[in-house]
This record gives sequence, C-alpha cells and structure tokens, in this order.
Amino acid sequence: MAYSVAGKTIDADEEGYLVDINQWNEELADLIAKDEGITMSPEHWEVVNFLRDYYAEYQIAPAVRVLTKAIAKKMGPEKGSNKYLYELFPYGPGKQACKIAGLPKPTGCV
Amino acid sequence: MSILHTVNKSPFERSNLNSCLSHVTAGDSVLLMEDAVVAAMTGTAYADRIADAAKQVKLCVLGADLRARGLDPAKVVDGVAVVDYAGFVDLAAANNAVQAWL
Amino acid sequence: MEEEFEGGAVKKFMYVNRKPPYGTVYALEVLEMVLISAAFDQDVHVAFLDDGVYQIKKGQDTKELGHKNFSPTYRALEGYDIEKLYVEQESLDERGLTEADLLVPVEVISRADMARLMGEMDVILTA
Repeated sequence: MAYSVAGKTIDADEEGYLVDINQWNEELADLIAKDEGITMSPEHWEVVNFLRDYYAEYQIAPAVRVLTKAIAKKMGPEKGSNKYLYELFPYGPGKQACKIAGLPKPTGCV
Repeated sequence: MSILHTVNKSPFERSNLNSCLSHVTAGDSVLLMEDAVVAAMTGTAYADRIADAAKQVKLCVLGADLRARGLDPAKVVDGVAVVDYAGFVDLAAANNAVQAWL
Repeated sequence: MEEEFEGGAVKKFMYVNRKPPYGTVYALEVLEMVLISAAFDQDVHVAFLDDGVYQIKKGQDTKELGHKNFSPTYRALEGYDIEKLYVEQESLDERGLTEADLLVPVEVISRADMARLMGEMDVILTA
C-alpha cells in the first residue's frame, strides 16, 4: 500500500508500515493516525516522539513491554503503564504508535 | 551435563571444527557430518588433532557422508567411531543439549 | 536450579555468535532471535567468540555499504532484560582487541570458562 501526502506518494508495506523510515514527516503521521482511527494529541505525540528517539538510538522498534518500561523510566509510572498507553493506542502501543512514528513493526513483538 | 557438538564444514575451509574442539569438555560427544567428515580421515593435517580429541570426548563420524564422498570408513583416525543416522539420534538423546557449530 | 513460571520451567538458553556482521545474515538473525526470545522469560545468555566478537566492535559505520548498522541494537538488550553477555578473552586477543573496543558492557571470560558455561546450558544455538 502507499500513503499520499502533499501530492507525494509514500510506500508502505501491506500492514501500513513505512518502507523507508526517512520519508516520515509529521503530516504523514497525522494521516497514518487517522487511518488507525486516532486523532493525534500532545500525549500521542509524546509517545510517538519517544519511539522515534528510541529508534534513533537503538535502530529497532521496542517490544511493548520494553517500551512501557522505558517510558516509565523517563516519564514516570503513570505514563509508563499498559493502561495509559492502550488508552492512547487501543490496538496496541507497539503496533499503532510504531506505525504512526514511521518505524518498522516492533522486534520481539509476538 | 554433556553436549553433543555437530560440525558440518571442512576444517580446510572453516574454523568451525577448531573452535568446537576448543570448547568441548570431558564427557561431551562430537559428530563430524557433511563436509566435516574429511577431518575424520587418517593422513590429513588434522589427524593428530582428531586423535587427541578422541581421547577426551566421544568422537564420531557419519558413515553415509564418508561414503558419499568416496572416503573409506575403514580408514578413519583411531578412536573415531563411524555411526549411521540411528547412531546420530542415539547421540542426541544421550546428551543434554546439541550444539551445531554452523 | 530451575524456577517455575506459568507454563513451565525456565531453561538456560545460550546464543553463540561466531561470525562477523554484514558478510552474512547470521549476526542480524541471531540478534533478532535474542530479542524475540526475551518475550518468553527464559534465562538467556549471549556469547561472542571467534569472529563473533566483531559484532560488538565500537565505531561501526555502514553508510557506504547501504546496509543498516545494527550494532546500536546490542545496547538495547539491557532494556529487554538480557544482561548476560559473555565475550571470550582468547578471541579478543587473537584479533588484537580488548574489552575497551566493545560497545556494550560484557563479561570477558576465558575459553575454558566459556566451554564450562556452555556445558550448563539446556539449549545452545550457534551461528
């Protein structure tokens, strides 16, 4: 499949994950989120940006368990909880937030 | 605890066999298979190493792979046992873990 | 010394890395397997010996290869609760490397200790 943003076509795999992470931009993130039924709020952006930073540092999309723990470490236990993250991303913070962040599907996500 | 180590590459091409033999402990077994069977033969540059190893561990070679390569099972280094596939299974069952040195 | 958890006993797994990165796909495949294995709450050990020590050499830059540099991912292992990383002293010595050349905290052990450690494992995967 592919996304279309500002007249540009951006390739994605059959599940909607970007083929080339470098083609990501915030406008595209909004579009992917909309496809997922999510309206991006500052709280959504906080998680998406956290994922992008994580990817930049480790070159992988973290498993949900790892993401939750890392967010708890950085932003406190309130946000670093399954409840909080699933409220933001009902179909899975790993899968949905990674897709919106332009990352591949999480490694170690089974 | 003991390990069955399997090696499937010729020592003339790869370091697998050398590395394997450097990591065996008493009670382990080593099975030479596929291209690694060349190491079981007498007269090679590795024959002494194999003969030494056979004193410490149970050293076996898969007969089918020898015969496929025209290598005579009667001419393997002393202390090396020629086994068939059933023997391979027995070795796997007799050890706690199998480590394939790929 | 097996701990029980829902579903069965925790087993000792060891992933043994013997190949350098990039020339073949083994290093990356094992790394992904290790990351996935973290989901199963097993006692995971990761060993680097022979050319496998090059997988965690500092300063890898793959830009010109057009290949993803996956070496930073070894630093993510800690976050996956995989903290038992072992490097063989002799393998470092043979390659003129020291612990200071490695990009992730490891325990450097002798070849003899590595062999003993392997003997304690329930499952060993070497690549």
